[in-house]
Amino acid sequence: MSAVVSPLRRPLITGNKTYHQITEDLISPTEKTPTKAWVIGFVLSVAVLTFGIFCIIWTIWVGIGSWNLNRTINWSWDITNFVWWIGIGHAGTLISAILLLFRQKWRTGVNRAAEAMTIFAVMCAGLFPLIHMGRIWLAMFIMPYPNTRGPLWPNFNSPLLWDVFAISTYLTVSLLFWYTGLVPDFATVRDRAKGLRKKIYNTLSFGWTGSAKHWQRWESLSLVLAGLSTPLVLSVHTIVSFDFATSVIPGWHTTIFPPYFVAGAIFSGFAMVLTLMIITRKLLKLEDYITIEHIESMNKVILLTGTIVGVAYLTELFIAWYSGYVYEQFAFFNRALGPYWWSYFGMMFCNVVSPQFFWKKSWRRNITLTFFLSIVVNIGMWFERFVIIATTLARDYLPSSWSLYSPSWVEIGIYVGTFGLFFTAFLIFVRVAPVVAVAEVKAILKSSGDQYIGDNATHGHGHKHHSEHSDTH
Amino acid sequence: MANNKQTDVIFGLYNDEEDLLRAVKAAKNDHLDIYDVYSPFPVHGLDPLLELEESRLHQAGFIYGAIGTLTAFLGMSWIFTKDWPNIFGGKPYWSVPAFIPITFEMTVLFSAIGMTVTFYIINGLGPGVVNTYLDDRITDDKFCIAFDKSAVSAERAESFFKSTGASEVNSKTI
Repeated sequence: MSAVVSPLRRPLITGNKTYHQITEDLISPTEKTPTKAWVIGFVLSVAVLTFGIFCIIWTIWVGIGSWNLNRTINWSWDITNFVWWIGIGHAGTLISAILLLFRQKWRTGVNRAAEAMTIFAVMCAGLFPLIHMGRIWLAMFIMPYPNTRGPLWPNFNSPLLWDVFAISTYLTVSLLFWYTGLVPDFATVRDRAKGLRKKIYNTLSFGWTGSAKHWQRWESLSLVLAGLSTPLVLSVHTIVSFDFATSVIPGWHTTIFPPYFVAGAIFSGFAMVLTLMIITRKLLKLEDYITIEHIESMNKVILLTGTIVGVAYLTELFIAWYSGYVYEQFAFFNRALGPYWWSYFGMMFCNVVSPQFFWKKSWRRNITLTFFLSIVVNIGMWFERFVIIATTLARDYLPSSWSLYSPSWVEIGIYVGTFGLFFTAFLIFVRVAPVVAVAEVKAILKSSGDQYIGDNATHGHGHKHHSEHSDTH
Repeated sequence: MANNKQTDVIFGLYNDEEDLLRAVKAAKNDHLDIYDVYSPFPVHGLDPLLELEESRLHQAGFIYGAIGTLTAFLGMSWIFTKDWPNIFGGKPYWSVPAFIPITFEMTVLFSAIGMTVTFYIINGLGPGVVNTYLDDRITDDKFCIAFDKSAVSAERAESFFKSTGASEVNSKTI
């Protein structure tokens, strides 16, 4: 396919790969016995998850009293963790959907893992509001269905109910998108397997044959799902921000919240993708597919969204002062100089200062620095939610009800437990499915393989434009 | 494609999608009726050569989405004006702006589920479906053209595959 490829584009697949080598490299991690690193990681994750489950059962058994919430600070660690995980879940759909619409080829290296991460992160996130209800066995009351409780329906005017719809739609659509992408790759695994494994993967691959008409429809479906997911992903964090923005709490009641939350979500999501992918590419030896180019592209997104978040913080401060409204002014004074000043400055440093390192190209391409900063960003984004939620509630309108908060061991246990859930699910995923989208990488080989473009291109096969460009180099 | 009757096919495997495209063009010039083409990834430029119509899946998606919009909006309107009228924060019963987020989410949900389910049904794919696969390497690095033996004679097909540079020629009943 002689698609026009800019000579400035860097190769996204290195190592002079053939189609067969791509299959070999990407499928073999699911076929080999797990490595020691995987086993240790898995045992650790399951142990942490078990403790998390214990803490959840404790919460349900004893009640929400086992948490350190009080009448003033009635949302804190739980909702902080919920918003944090939901934010992390935003990168997957952004990479797979928005970058598909923008025809960004580098998405193929990371989309599969990022989408998986989205699904696991949304599962972790959904857990918090569910157990925060206190009586989780009545959780179905949030769904609107004809019932015998009178005619009694949920309040459709409430942003909390919008959240239920937004997050469950997001989880469902992400799952459909992810699985549809996986079907042809499961067929590849199936065709290399024997015996029972072949049967299992045949079921997972839904009997995929690779027929031309199927591929045509598959591309059509992917494109429309991407088109649907793009406004969806923006709506999810917008609606999460409505949980706060539609209230009358100073510091929450601001119209800037939706874009600010969405930018923050993409920011933290990309940071988590980087943290995970830097480890995964090393352990599964995927350096030829998740290249420095991919890391640099993601760092550019981090720089952009981090800067948007920084501008939003400063705008908030400015508007609080400019509004002339004392409660709003106090809310921000309290955030920066009140009892939780350390979380405010932690947030400012991690989210506003740290991404600015990525203006420098060689630092964007530095893996150690990227890994370190990706963790810093995730800590910063956790602080952001804690600042917005807990520290704002701690100092409300009435000084007599001012309060302080620190989490109980149960709350810490549940949060740590969600890491167990997240990593257990991710580690199972890397064993079961190819972490990089095999068919999609093959489809971009001739426009992004290092034997076709870039400085070391050996043949311009299929690219009329290529020979002209290499002459001018 | 999904049909229940058995078909005897003769198929050739190519090593590259550009060989495949050239061969499909040659088959078109020779007026050979191609049964199907299989590839490890979507090959661009193939659909017009095979005269495949554009998929109408997105139109189905639009209809599913519209059903979602109506379900959500009319549902909430009925509930809050007829079945369970309630005043929340002094707002009117029928407070349209507050219905927009859920209406949007339901539009996306219906469209996505409807399209995906339709995709698998019209392709004849689904959990438990076992198809006869022509060659295990088609999902790896081979590109395949198949002829129905009742439409194209085996000799004709073989000479075609030879002249277009197929690396292997085989027969199978699918």
